[in-house]
Amino acid sequence: MRVALFVTCVNDAVFPATGVATVRLLERLGVEVDFPAAQTCCGQPQFNTGYRAETAPLVRRTVRAFEGYEYVVTPSGSCAAMVRHHYASFGAAAAGLAPRVHELTEFLVDVLGVTDVGAYFPHRVTYHPSCHGLRLLGLGDRPRRLLEAVKGLELVELPGAEECCGFGGTFAVKNPDVSAAMGADKIANALSTGAEVLCGADNSCLLHVGGMLSRQGAPLSAVHLADILASTEEEPWQ
Amino acid sequence: MPAFPEAARAAIGDPTLRANLRHATHTIRDKRARAVAELDDWAELRQAGKEIKDRTLRHLDTYLLQLEEAVTAAGGTVHWATDAAEANRIVTELVRATGETEVVKVKSMATQEIGLNEHLEAEGIAAYETDLAELIVQLGEDRPSHILVPAIHRNRAEIRDIFREKMGSWGRPAPEGLSDTPAELAEAARLHLREKFLRAKVGISGANFMVAETGTLVVVESEGNGRMCLTLPETLISVVGVEKVVPGWRDLEVFLQTLPRSSTAERMNPYTSMWTGTRDDDGPSAFHLVLLDNGRTGALADEVGRQALRCIRCSACLNVCPVYERAGGHAYGSVYPGPIGAILTPQLRGTASEVDASLPYASSLCGACYEVCPVAIDIPEVLVHLRERVASEGGKGHRLERAAVKAASWVLDRPAALAAGQHLASATRALHPKRLPGPGARQWSEHRNLPELPAEPFRDWWKKNRT
Ligand code: SF4
Repeated sequence: MRVALFVTCVNDAVFPATGVATVRLLERLGVEVDFPAAQTCCGQPQFNTGYRAETAPLVRRTVRAFEGYEYVVTPSGSCAAMVRHHYASFGAAAAGLAPRVHELTEFLVDVLGVTDVGAYFPHRVTYHPSCHGLRLLGLGDRPRRLLEAVKGLELVELPGAEECCGFGGTFAVKNPDVSAAMGADKIANALSTGAEVLCGADNSCLLHVGGMLSRQGAPLSAVHLADILASTEEEPWQ
Repeated sequence: MPAFPEAARAAIGDPTLRANLRHATHTIRDKRARAVAELDDWAELRQAGKEIKDRTLRHLDTYLLQLEEAVTAAGGTVHWATDAAEANRIVTELVRATGETEVVKVKSMATQEIGLNEHLEAEGIAAYETDLAELIVQLGEDRPSHILVPAIHRNRAEIRDIFREKMGSWGRPAPEGLSDTPAELAEAARLHLREKFLRAKVGISGANFMVAETGTLVVVESEGNGRMCLTLPETLISVVGVEKVVPGWRDLEVFLQTLPRSSTAERMNPYTSMWTGTRDDDGPSAFHLVLLDNGRTGALADEVGRQALRCIRCSACLNVCPVYERAGGHAYGSVYPGPIGAILTPQLRGTASEVDASLPYASSLCGACYEVCPVAIDIPEVLVHLRERVASEGGKGHRLERAAVKAASWVLDRPAALAAGQHLASATRALHPKRLPGPGARQWSEHRNLPELPAEPFRDWWKKNRT
């Protein structure tokens, strides 16, 4: 099977390792991965901030970049949700991309039909379900099922898991104090679990939470789910 | 009133307030979830509520005229008010005509929206709130901070102090040695209010629903104070937003299930009062209905925004909102706080003021509000829609922002330019600061470290390793 990787602008520029992990994981599962270089950004930050006109060219570009692919896979629930929920309002061509875009865990569980991806990750992990994956995509327990099947991994419950971490795209910039207060509560909950790793499936949320953890010097790292699933005994996560 | 981010800062810095809000919202949100889970047809009820409201709003003129006819036939009088000033004037004249200088009030968002109490006070008429939480707010010379629990930001010790200090100047003082146990606080309020119920000749209320086919008004409440105000006075004046009409009695069946569970997590609210015009020897002998527009028909004209008019003011969206939980109700600068306030207020008042223009951005778009809303108002959708409006008006900061977004979109629409920018960023990454300059960005990096930029972006890795 051949899929197009929709790496997303944040992963491309700031978290390339997540893109690399996604490629390694998919290839390990026998999937052939393409990276259409014409892709840049799905337009979500612009759209959510109220700039529809400025979003339109990015929507057109994204749709063109993934033309002809039956499966477009992305390690971001938020960007998948943008395409799935908002592209239709940009016309028929954009609407056509929506059902072909799959968030990584959806693709693994629903399309490939696997939950045990042969990963090895000997750490105590707690999982934060990002809002868009949780509510807009309805990822449900897919990420947890994948994590539970990872060898060596101990999954611990995150209190208040379904509460927003406070990132919210430009919200973090426009309402920095509220955003930081939300992030602080998320971190306190995560630290209370005694986990070494806070796992999420959206690097934008992890950028915010991880940035706060790092500022506090907390003994907890924010790690993308793809990095965990790509990790094996032979090639462990650094 | 400052913009939302500034107004929120005060609440965030107040640990007592934050603890009060956190405790109250978490308690009620958990209870609501349990009460809702008891019904296996919740999804259908939610859908039905949405459709009833939508259909009514589509034919609002028809139902309002039908309502007016029915109310009039039942012995009531209908008044139409385009805005707050007109509604206040009508109510004042109606009270004056009775010769009274005091009124008792049933908790009502509509009368708060128009500032009726303040207006009456300026006209020499005392308006007494009779809902316990409203009483606390009124005595404390405070503003409500929640739709359903206006004193949500107060704890019991604060309430006891307010009762001790202020009750005396409004009527019967608090009993000697009042403690902060719920039973004693409730008893103090009961004694204080009973005097007012028995004395008042005029009652003022809002309504949760108005039934077009019979001209019946409905108030649901938990304390029984509403029932007293609706039945004891000689004159009853109800001020109600035009969107509260429903076609028939059968429609109530849906809302009387969804409203109490969503708001107080009760299977049924303790008091449901319904009144239709006037009757000899039973209830008030004069009944006036003031139908309030105050920006509602403007919202109705907006195809995306009009869904806010479906709201039944249950406040479930406030209780689950992570932003409301931290910022508190006062930061929203309106009687409608929380997610519903963020979409309703800018539609009713417009987006000219700084606070109104900031409200559509007072959300992380997490979607928790939409999930709990019993009439399925897609609040995130309306927020983004209103952001478009605010951004296109180009108010404070938005012109600059649009220019930046345009420039970014230009780059993002050109992968070569994007790659060049990424290369430059990677090549100079040793020079990148851990903290950012500039408004917003500076505050952002006050609380967070920026990640180290990678040596190469993903597209370079791909080029080297896979092509
Ligand atoms: S918007 Fe929905 S959840 Fe919020 S108060 Fe109105 S009806 Fe309740």
